[in-house]
Amino acid sequence: MSVDKAIEVLKSNIDASAASYLDACVHCGQCAQACHFYENTGDVRYTPAYKMDLMRRVYKRHKAPLSGIKRAIGLVPDELTMDDLKEWEDLLYDSCTLCGRCTIVCPMGIDIAGMVRKSREGLVAAGVVPEDLISAAKRAIEFGSPLKITPDVLRKVCAKQEEEIGIPIPIDQEGADYLVILSAMEVLQFYEVIGAIAKIFRQAGVSWTISTDGYEATNIGIQMGDKDIARTLVGRIVGAAEKLKVKYVISPECGHAYSALKWEGPNLMGRAYDFEIIHMLELLDQLQAEGRIKLKGKDDRRLTFHDPCQIVRRGGVVEEPRRLMNMVSSNFVEMDNHGTANICCGGGGGVSSNSRAETLRLKAFASKKKQLDAVQPDALVTACANCRNVLEEAIDDYEMDMPVLGLTELVAEYLDETR
Amino acid sequence: MTFLEIVEGPLWTLASSVFLIGAAWRIFGIIRLGRKKDISIPRASALLGAIKGQFLHFVPHGGFSFRTRYHLIAGYMFHLGLFGLLIYAAPHVLFLKENVVGFEWVALPRWGFILTAEIAFTGLILLWIRRISDPVMIQLSDADDHIGSWLTFLTMLTGCMALQESHDSLRAVHMLFVDIWLIYMPFSRLMHSVTFMFSRGYTGAFFGRRGVVP
Repeated sequence: MSVDKAIEVLKSNIDASAASYLDACVHCGQCAQACHFYENTGDVRYTPAYKMDLMRRVYKRHKAPLSGIKRAIGLVPDELTMDDLKEWEDLLYDSCTLCGRCTIVCPMGIDIAGMVRKSREGLVAAGVVPEDLISAAKRAIEFGSPLKITPDVLRKVCAKQEEEIGIPIPIDQEGADYLVILSAMEVLQFYEVIGAIAKIFRQAGVSWTISTDGYEATNIGIQMGDKDIARTLVGRIVGAAEKLKVKYVISPECGHAYSALKWEGPNLMGRAYDFEIIHMLELLDQLQAEGRIKLKGKDDRRLTFHDPCQIVRRGGVVEEPRRLMNMVSSNFVEMDNHGTANICCGGGGGVSSNSRAETLRLKAFASKKKQLDAVQPDALVTACANCRNVLEEAIDDYEMDMPVLGLTELVAEYLDETR
Repeated sequence: MTFLEIVEGPLWTLASSVFLIGAAWRIFGIIRLGRKKDISIPRASALLGAIKGQFLHFVPHGGFSFRTRYHLIAGYMFHLGLFGLLIYAAPHVLFLKENVVGFEWVALPRWGFILTAEIAFTGLILLWIRRISDPVMIQLSDADDHIGSWLTFLTMLTGCMALQESHDSLRAVHMLFVDIWLIYMPFSRLMHSVTFMFSRGYTGAFFGRRGVVP
């Protein structure tokens, strides 16, 4: 591991889009206002554009057009050092959730979150990565899950859910149409979602299964910026899906899992899949539109929806959760700046797995709190287990009284089971 | 050869050549880096996303307050004022007719020029004050940002001083700054006037495939 490797990775990550971003940024600093880390600390180092500085320096020194002339007369930035990488480690890992909100305010439309991801890959090459993420990656490789959810643990959780709801949970069934994968946080903390899925799919007549070969949706490689690990973890799901010959893999209520599997996965694997990726929200919306699920009654509490950044702003699933919310709620209110402008929970992009970032993450939640305070909901609904866990912790820390619900579970709760 | 003849003759030719070749090289330099083909299955059109991205970022969205409003107002004042002066100032219309395009168009009346110049100067000064007073912009800014701002300011200022055209030397000083600006531009962040289209386009295309343009 060395700084030279980091520089090589950063150089190779500068393609035409990255070059255009680095050339177009006029240092106006408007992105600061979109960043919950800057907004709640006032620390100018947390300005999103500043987080691109490692890439900027490598670009200006090595790859920018006319950089040769500038280098000859000493007008390029200094070469990166290990100290620089260490200085940027907390900016890239602790104070950026890759939420991408900065892009919507940028007059140049720069995808700063994408640049942070590329910068993280440089730090991975140099071994400058938060210890917690390295440990989580090791567990994911060794045990199949960053939270040590082994196939045995998964079977036990599924068996318990079967017992509770009285509906069989199919495991390793070849020829099923849909493969359900789950995030570690769902299995560990929000396991009722498995029963909810079973109930919904039974009514809709969906043929589905869970695989013990590829069940973990969490992709720590995507979060830390390690393409090899990301490829291995996506490969497990692809392998399981192909082994069971499913037509679809359902990306669960997990933000970055959707991005990892649907948008980045084929590029990591270097090939298109033999099956399709569909998000759970897309499928529920589709089943409802086809009349395959029928609901009875509605939740009359004042509910609002927290948009998981990677599913909505960076994933494109924007209207589906809203249609589902209106199906199950008679008092659904939107927060200001909902949808693609929504404010992150504070724990995406690996920040929630990084214990040293906890204090900062809780400070950043103040922006979300402001959004919530304005609408005063009785309960908050979301569609990402990581968001849900982070929100619950922060709500508790801020001494707010507000349950956080999963949207799939909410849909299951209002199923007309007489049908 | 007089100073005016130098700055409007050989130096102008040199400056405009450096500008055109340098800017073209910068653009080619970005495009030649290419992008890996994205083989994920798109939900919508990348091209439409790229087009939408061009327009979407003319106005920031997402409910932002003071910082954004300040930049939005000052930024538009400066840029619209600058383009107004560049294209519709009477001496520019004449100069462009004689040296570049070969035809002329309706120029701003004197009062229109003064008003446009005041708007442009106000915008530029407001942006520069922000650059030297806002902690975020101080942290981000480098020498290039300041040189670009000052060079543009001096080019505009000498242009206003030369408006009367009562002294060749004032016109010559303005042309000297125009030449310096043209030579500096391809090597600097002033190229954002072109690269913004690439930046917005790439982001728009990337997310357009996903069915959303943030």
